[in-house]
Amino acid sequence: VLHSQISSIEKQATTATGCPLLIRCKNFQIIQLVIPQERDCHDVYISLIRLARPVKYEELYCFSFNPKLDKEEREQGWKLVNLHEEYNRMGIPNNYWQISDVNRDYGVCDSYPTEVYVPKSATAHIIVGSSKFRSRRRFPALSYYCKDNNASICRSSQPLSGFSARCLEDEQMLQAIRKANPGSDFIYVVDTRPKLNAMANRAAGKGYENEDNYSNIKFQFIGIENIHVMRNSLQKMLEVCELKSPSMSDFLWGLENSGWLKHIKAIMDAGIFIAKAVAEEGVSVLVHCSDGWDRTAQVCSVASLLLDPYYRTMKGFMVLIEKDWVSFGHKFNHRYGNLDGDPKEISPVIDQFIECVWQLMEQFPCAFEFNERFLIHIQHHIYSCQFGNFLCNSQKERRELKIQERTYSLWAHMWKNRADYLNPLYRSDHSQTQGTLRPQMAPCNFLYKFWSGMYNRFEKGLHPRQSVTDYLMAVKEETQQLEEELEVLGEKLANLQKSQLTDNKVKSKQQDGSKRLGLSTSNNNLANTPQEYSNDLKSFPSRSPSQGDEEDSALILTQDNLKSSDPDLSANSDQESGVEDLSCRSPSGGGCLPSEDSGKDSDEAVFLAV
Amino acid sequence: MEFAELIKTPRADNVILHRPFYLAVEGTLCLTGHHLIFSSRRQDNAEELWLLHSNIDSIEKRFVGSLGTIIIKCKDLRIIQLDIPGMEECLNIASSIEALSTLDSVTLMYPFFYRPMFEIIEDGWRSFLPDQEFELLSSVTDEWRLSCINKEFSVCPSYPPVVIVPKSIDDEALRKVAMFRHGSRFPVLSYYHKKNGMVMMRSSQPLTGTNGRRCKEDEKLINATLRPGKRGYIIDTRSLNVAQQARAKGGGFEQEAHYPQWRRIHKCIERFNILQESLIKLVEACNDQSHNMDRWLSKLEASNWLTHIKEILTAACLAAQCIDREGASVLVHGTEGTDSTLQVTSLAQIILDPRCRTIRGFESLVVREWLQAGHPFQQRCAQSAYSNSKQKWEAPVFLLFLDCVWQILRQFPCSFEFNEQFLIMLFEHAYASQFGTFLGNNENERSKLKLLQKTMSLWSWVNRSEELSKFQNPLFEANSLVIWPSVAPQSLQLWEGIFLRWNRPSKFLDEAHEEMISIIKYNKELQAKVNALRRQLAEMETDDRMQENL
Repeated sequence: VLHSQISSIEKQATTATGCPLLIRCKNFQIIQLVIPQERDCHDVYISLIRLARPVKYEELYCFSFNPKLDKEEREQGWKLVNLHEEYNRMGIPNNYWQISDVNRDYGVCDSYPTEVYVPKSATAHIIVGSSKFRSRRRFPALSYYCKDNNASICRSSQPLSGFSARCLEDEQMLQAIRKANPGSDFIYVVDTRPKLNAMANRAAGKGYENEDNYSNIKFQFIGIENIHVMRNSLQKMLEVCELKSPSMSDFLWGLENSGWLKHIKAIMDAGIFIAKAVAEEGVSVLVHCSDGWDRTAQVCSVASLLLDPYYRTMKGFMVLIEKDWVSFGHKFNHRYGNLDGDPKEISPVIDQFIECVWQLMEQFPCAFEFNERFLIHIQHHIYSCQFGNFLCNSQKERRELKIQERTYSLWAHMWKNRADYLNPLYRSDHSQTQGTLRPQMAPCNFLYKFWSGMYNRFEKGLHPRQSVTDYLMAVKEETQQLEEELEVLGEKLANLQKSQLTDNKVKSKQQDGSKRLGLSTSNNNLANTPQEYSNDLKSFPSRSPSQGDEEDSALILTQDNLKSSDPDLSANSDQESGVEDLSCRSPSGGGCLPSEDSGKDSDEAVFLAV
Repeated sequence: MEFAELIKTPRADNVILHRPFYLAVEGTLCLTGHHLIFSSRRQDNAEELWLLHSNIDSIEKRFVGSLGTIIIKCKDLRIIQLDIPGMEECLNIASSIEALSTLDSVTLMYPFFYRPMFEIIEDGWRSFLPDQEFELLSSVTDEWRLSCINKEFSVCPSYPPVVIVPKSIDDEALRKVAMFRHGSRFPVLSYYHKKNGMVMMRSSQPLTGTNGRRCKEDEKLINATLRPGKRGYIIDTRSLNVAQQARAKGGGFEQEAHYPQWRRIHKCIERFNILQESLIKLVEACNDQSHNMDRWLSKLEASNWLTHIKEILTAACLAAQCIDREGASVLVHGTEGTDSTLQVTSLAQIILDPRCRTIRGFESLVVREWLQAGHPFQQRCAQSAYSNSKQKWEAPVFLLFLDCVWQILRQFPCSFEFNEQFLIMLFEHAYASQFGTFLGNNENERSKLKLLQKTMSLWSWVNRSEELSKFQNPLFEANSLVIWPSVAPQSLQLWEGIFLRWNRPSKFLDEAHEEMISIIKYNKELQAKVNALRRQLAEMETDDRMQENL
């Protein structure tokens, strides 16, 4: 377990067997260690607390992680995702939009990228003026442009309007955005906050656009709650996930009470609203929240994903995260607590976006090139700090740290393993991979489901024991082999016929017989282990000695191991230390030893016996 | 014919049909003795809707001026709306539908009039006979015998004529045991676990009463299923409290003192109106389109449907665990032994026995453990979620069973030969059907109704290759293992295929299913091609060699 994954460590009351240490991870793993000596336990506790909260970026794993790639490969890796190319793909620059160097030294806005795309009619004067009227100087900039109808999605922070302040340049800026879409005579300004929150901000000199001051805007609130509400909501939901053998009512009630799915739906609804405005009405949209780096990022990326099939491919999704999250200064370091910081800054903002994607995958099973595992691994690495992509709070900080020279890119790593992340149902010529996705709007509450694959992902016992995805991937792989063999056989046959004609004998190698691949996607060990269905069984005396030996002996083994490896554990600061010896007891009692460092789930591997 | 008397207006024109997710269609409505038929007159896309009257759960009428509207709510949970011009026509049609959908006499039901339009290859009535089942059993053990004690349904009215009992127990003893069990349902064999020779039996509650009556023959019968020195489990599907209360009414449970080799476990599975109300609340929640996210989850929770699913599955898993893991025999019963008992015994077999996960095996399971075992289908499935009648005996017991099977299927998507559609089809036919299979409450009633002679069996229709292909799971790979499902709340889901079937567009999910089928089909085609080429190549090579040798 990477230290960076540790979210909290709790020392529990000492028991007869030792001193239990409960470790909760940011990837929703829960580990309980029982350390026999209380002193050792305390030492481990203190060490972990320090190690889990590094104070300098240099302490993070990515600076010591070395995947044995040479310099060139590393540079290639960072070039995999190129935002310049991405804006070109959208058709920009063009007659309406241009690249601006106004922020080249982060002079205007230090949380924005150096390259920003703005309407052609927005002069440097307008941009700078507008930026002064926006919270943290995050002026309106282009996030997505729809080639087909010129409609665009722009993003910014809230205006510093207070109760009555105005800014001519900001008004001109919005005007410029509208003009960049000649087909429409107004733009939507979407404030993703609840109205109450936005109004409260006015007292602090911030607030929202007054429709009267801006010509031709339609203003819209979409009530997505702030990071504090979301943090608490996740906390509540995780408490439900952690319950030991909860009843159905406990679970559903807890899930409802956490409000998590309601928040997910709010984000989706905002994305759907914007996608509809752009695709169906052909109207441009300016999105903001308070600072324009959390809810705005969520909503812009959901809308882009709905609008453009490219973002539903593996590569496109990487680009999307780079564009809407990394480059526009989503505060990864603060939100995901990479360095020791203010716990009130931590919030599962991108987790929610990733879940929105999963919810869409459930509704549109053929629309995405990647599978659930892809999302889970991205989530894992946002917290792991194994790769440099998500370090720091802005592009400026990353450049100062020379991230690209000192660390590796996650995208290159995932791209290399892309075969593992393919959705077997994806076909680039399928109807679901064309055009805009239109999720059902009206009675669709039941479409939003609890994602056990994410939040209970380390409790393998809870998940379907056989994976349709893995099965189909194995079938497809076999199909490919068959296609190749068919070609080889065809050639051979042709040769043979020819040689028979010329009376030349060709000695043909016997094909290595039985080609039918045994497909087995079920985890038989797991499938063949019953759960606790009743407590009554334990007390029954005539339990035959052969039953349950495996589990019992395994348990003893782990405890023994733990005892012997224990001193090393506290002294060893190596990332991999003691992984094999940890007894990961999940709340429901199913033990497993997950290790995700390789970025591959070995448990889920498909066994192909040739 | 008396149907004609019930149909005052057999036909109405310019009727408009409304269904969720479809455009309204104008057409002609016809009523026949058993069907409501709607056909659109549009030439380009002629569309017909045939609805069995027996599928209609409730109807409502509304009037705006002279335009009448009938809202028909079906037992398969679909809701359709018909706008009928003319007050009188509308009233006539509504009252006809009401009368025709609530016929008292079973013999007036459609199965007695239905004439199959397909060639009968195999008579489904003869597909799953007890003798065949016993033959399979006797190939692995000789400890059991087929008893014809109930030949004229004289001992137990809800049992089939032949039952499987321990060899060492004679018919005389069985008669005595029958007197000691509720409704005479004495313990009979439900399942034999080949792997270790352990068995599952089922019965009804013992009639111990308040003074702790005992029956030596009963004790002897169930002990006869134990190996020397071994113990067994009695799974009582009622809570201890309920079981204790049952004594006051003459029922009860096995006392430890009299059954020292057995350990009793109480697992509470709800019955009757509690289940019916749960279904009604669930369907209401699924159909309610107004509420927000929070209300949806709390309504889902308040329906308790998934709680029932969890309880039933847990009890079934426990029974399976006792047999497979503890190496113990099991007796399952509740009160009558016709509802929760059958849910537990049949689900346990799906977990334990790979055969029950095939299409034929599952059909055989439904026949043995539900139809022959005397689950009162006619009473339980008389009405569905929209009924207003609230009769005590109506309960979605069989639907809960199918839902549990679906939950296991979802967790083991490659281990079942059948797909979700197969389960949905069984649900539909249990509530309204052209076949006689689910008519009557037990074999006794079925034989009196002469269903074998007068109606067609569902299995005759299903087991033809045209139909079977619709119900086959393309992912199926025979799995000979015991499959242990998870019963954690995170693992159980609402069965959308049933409960949201009519209120969500399924286009994208259907497309995904088609994609899956085509991926597998293409793979199989390639395999066939490769094999053919290989053979051809091998043949040519041998020819070659022979020529060489010449």
